[in-house]
Amino acid sequence: MPAPRRFSIRRRRVCKFCAEKITYIDFKDGRLLSHFIPERGKILPRRISGVCAVHQRQLSEAIKRARHLAILPFVAD
Amino acid sequence: MRTYEVVFIAAPTLTTEQLDAFVAQMQAVVQDKNGKVIKVDNWGKKAMAYKLKRFRDGYYVILTIEADGAAIAELERRFRVSDFVIRFLSVRIDEDLKRSEKLKAARQRKIKTKRAPEPQPATEPQAEPQAEPNAAAGSG
Repeated sequence: MPAPRRFSIRRRRVCKFCAEKITYIDFKDGRLLSHFIPERGKILPRRISGVCAVHQRQLSEAIKRARHLAILPFVAD
Repeated sequence: MRTYEVVFIAAPTLTTEQLDAFVAQMQAVVQDKNGKVIKVDNWGKKAMAYKLKRFRDGYYVILTIEADGAAIAELERRFRVSDFVIRFLSVRIDEDLKRSEKLKAARQRKIKTKRAPEPQPATEPQAEPQAEPNAAAGSG
């Protein structure tokens, strides 16, 4: 039997972008991107968010662009 | 010709008239270089996530442009020279959009073939020739 899992951070199995059929992640959509920015302001790793590899690459690019335009913070405190 | 998305942030000290004049000027620059401004999206004054040049907010303007690289280079040069553009970013989006369209089209096809009652949907897409006489020739 595996050790009991803690559910402090909920794991998502299905990639949000695949599920919602988003084919292009827009860097201007701060609200969408903010789901993948924890409080500290880092990019959420995909082992936690469940985002597939293809979309994680697009997502990280979009987040970096959004940061440059001050839509998202580089560091939040 | 390529499609670009050019975003710039103008200083909040600008009046709306000044901003409109600047945007019009930039459109003229693009047209000068045989480019086409497809869309101008003005978000208005928006709070920024961090301070830029001691400003806490700024006017966000997004230009969707169909032009060559030379037009973008000129546009960026103007942004750099200009006093009140505090940040800008130009992104080429035609390839991303193309891929996005392709994926969407592929998904549509998949849905169609799934719903088709025939055993070989790829070769014979039409379900009932009588129902859709025109669609049978075009769909594939």
